[in-house]
Amino acid sequence: MNPRNATGPKDPNDPKDPKSPGKPAGLLGAAVRRLRRDLVVLAGLLTLAYLILPNVVVMVFSFNKPNGRFNYSWQRFSTDAWQDPCGVADLCGSLGLSLQIAAWATVGATVLGTMIAFALVRYRFRARGAINSLIFLPMAMPEVVMAASLLTLFLNMGARLGFWTVLIAHIMFCLSFVVTAVKARVMSMDPRLEEAARDLYAGPVQTFLRVTLPIAAPGIAAGALLAFALSFDDFIITNFNAGSTVTFPMFVWGSAQRGTPVQINVIGTAMFVLAVLVVVAGQLVAARRKRTAATR
Amino acid sequence: MTTTDTYTGGDVRLTGISKSYGSFTAVQPLDLTVPQGSFFALLGASGCGKTTTLRMIAGLEDPTTGTVHLGDRDVTDLPPYKRPVNTVFQSYALFPHLDIFENIAFGLRRRGLKSVKKQVGEMLELVQLGDKARHRPHQLSGGQQQRVAVARALINHPQVLLLDEPLGALDLKLRRQMQLELKRIQTEVGITFVHVTHDQEEAMTMADTVAVMNGGRVEQLGAPAELYEHPRTTFVANFLGTSNLIPAEVAGTGSEVVVTAGGGKLRLPGERCPAGARPGGRLLVGIRPEKITLSHADDAGAVPDGRNRITGRITDSSFIGVSTQYTVDGPAGTGLQVYEQNIERDPRLVPGAEVVLHWNPAHTFGLDADQDIAAGTEQETAAGAGSGAGPGAATGPGRNTAGPGQDIAGAERAEDSP
Repeated sequence: MNPRNATGPKDPNDPKDPKSPGKPAGLLGAAVRRLRRDLVVLAGLLTLAYLILPNVVVMVFSFNKPNGRFNYSWQRFSTDAWQDPCGVADLCGSLGLSLQIAAWATVGATVLGTMIAFALVRYRFRARGAINSLIFLPMAMPEVVMAASLLTLFLNMGARLGFWTVLIAHIMFCLSFVVTAVKARVMSMDPRLEEAARDLYAGPVQTFLRVTLPIAAPGIAAGALLAFALSFDDFIITNFNAGSTVTFPMFVWGSAQRGTPVQINVIGTAMFVLAVLVVVAGQLVAARRKRTAATR
Repeated sequence: MTTTDTYTGGDVRLTGISKSYGSFTAVQPLDLTVPQGSFFALLGASGCGKTTTLRMIAGLEDPTTGTVHLGDRDVTDLPPYKRPVNTVFQSYALFPHLDIFENIAFGLRRRGLKSVKKQVGEMLELVQLGDKARHRPHQLSGGQQQRVAVARALINHPQVLLLDEPLGALDLKLRRQMQLELKRIQTEVGITFVHVTHDQEEAMTMADTVAVMNGGRVEQLGAPAELYEHPRTTFVANFLGTSNLIPAEVAGTGSEVVVTAGGGKLRLPGERCPAGARPGGRLLVGIRPEKITLSHADDAGAVPDGRNRITGRITDSSFIGVSTQYTVDGPAGTGLQVYEQNIERDPRLVPGAEVVLHWNPAHTFGLDADQDIAAGTEQETAAGAGSGAGPGAATGPGRNTAGPGQDIAGAERAEDSP
């Protein structure tokens, strides 16, 4: 028995009574109650706005027609840059190079990182503990330091700076992110699932392809996406080790000294929209799969 | 892999099989034959080696020594995917990325069968999950997942079906239902079932033959009633049901052995004593709580002659419904358990009352006195938990805790392989 109800239904402190005098009355009271209820949602929306604002600025200024060389103040609406995204010399060349490096770095880092992750989770070997902590080193080390030491290394080895040195550097720093993402997934994987597959007449290859890989796939995909994003927009390490090659971030940096073409905003906006579309498509597919599974 | 299809019949034969992990021996060298078509249970507490034994039959664990035969074929060196044996895992291990239909079809597809629809459909009907074919495992309840795991194994018509504590995760009512269901399926398909469990009631309900394992050894093997009525070790006596074990001294041997315990004489049949019993030696006299009749001390004269009797005082009684359980302390022993059917309850039988415990000498059994008297009880199992079993390893109903109608709900499901 609730002791507060002991005095009867007219208890003035009963929280269920809307006319309770203990609460602020009228419109103000309603607003306060509402705020209290939706505080988390409100805070979330504000944070989201904070996150998205820079992207919105980039997007808006991709439709600007600047007067001088600098795209920093709004003049008037125009779709000129969208109609001619490659209109600035070397822009699309550097973009293509960046995409190429990002794609290969993703492949390399994902394959190697997945193997490292499986080795670290599934096998017991001598240096396992050391590797487990060393794998975080590229994440923790200041990028400038890593960039400079990589340059020293390449120079001492007599390597010619360019596409390959950039790719090697990118695979290196993407690895730790892939390993972390895949490891989390593999660790949560029940080893009995693979035993069950072997028990059900699947040999080692079949077990890996039919059970291990599909179950680890979300972790591998997350690692790959992360690797692509990191590689694509890396500037510091690339700038140190690229020699005369120019990637897209280096192009943006270089042009910012002389003036910012609107096309940079166009590319940025396109990348952003593409990424959002991929995420939305993924969500839709997942939602549909869930629905059909529930109704079938 | 056509060999798995064409192979027929035969016993499971384990010869000198053992498993060690470094210095730890999970399974002591062990000989075991499981007759074809039988429902065989490996019963024991966590860490006793029962799951390791099962996994060696499945091929998921390589034996350190010994061989595994299926019929006449030596399968010791065959990988699991080449053995005509399937397993129902403790955690079910259903593939989360496949729906129920594909889970069940997995084995058939791996063996290269193209048209699996009919067989999978039949199997879904057998386990009554026809409408769930396109669901994912996580959308099913525990009992339904369990049935999928059974169907996924059975559809391959294995020569032996291995069940690794398959009912451990289910609640009591569902577990009882699934015990009967599994027994029905086993009778229907006639496949050899090897069932690992720590639940002695489950083992006795389902299996034709039970092997009680302890510390990597088979303590005793036999039909459930045989094990219950004629335990040969204190572990079996305590782990399977509840036993009162009374230390005694042998006074005379022959077709009937006479012993003295707590100043009184007890008799038991000679064939129910260990071979080495001779006058002057020590013996543990055992009697099951439900075989004992409890009379108030005032009625001691009415106890028929020829019955074993000891005196004591009731220290505790608990009303269970179908029966009342009494704890009695006396000169022969403390903490003696007596279960009385609630037919005509004697109102004088309350804690503090002086009583006489008497029973038919034929129900008495004798055990070698050189054993740990508490082996297999809950306290003993919990004390030994450091040696591999996790906390809460209270698996067997202890001498002083459980009895008919009670259960070890929430018994731990920790794995017993390290």
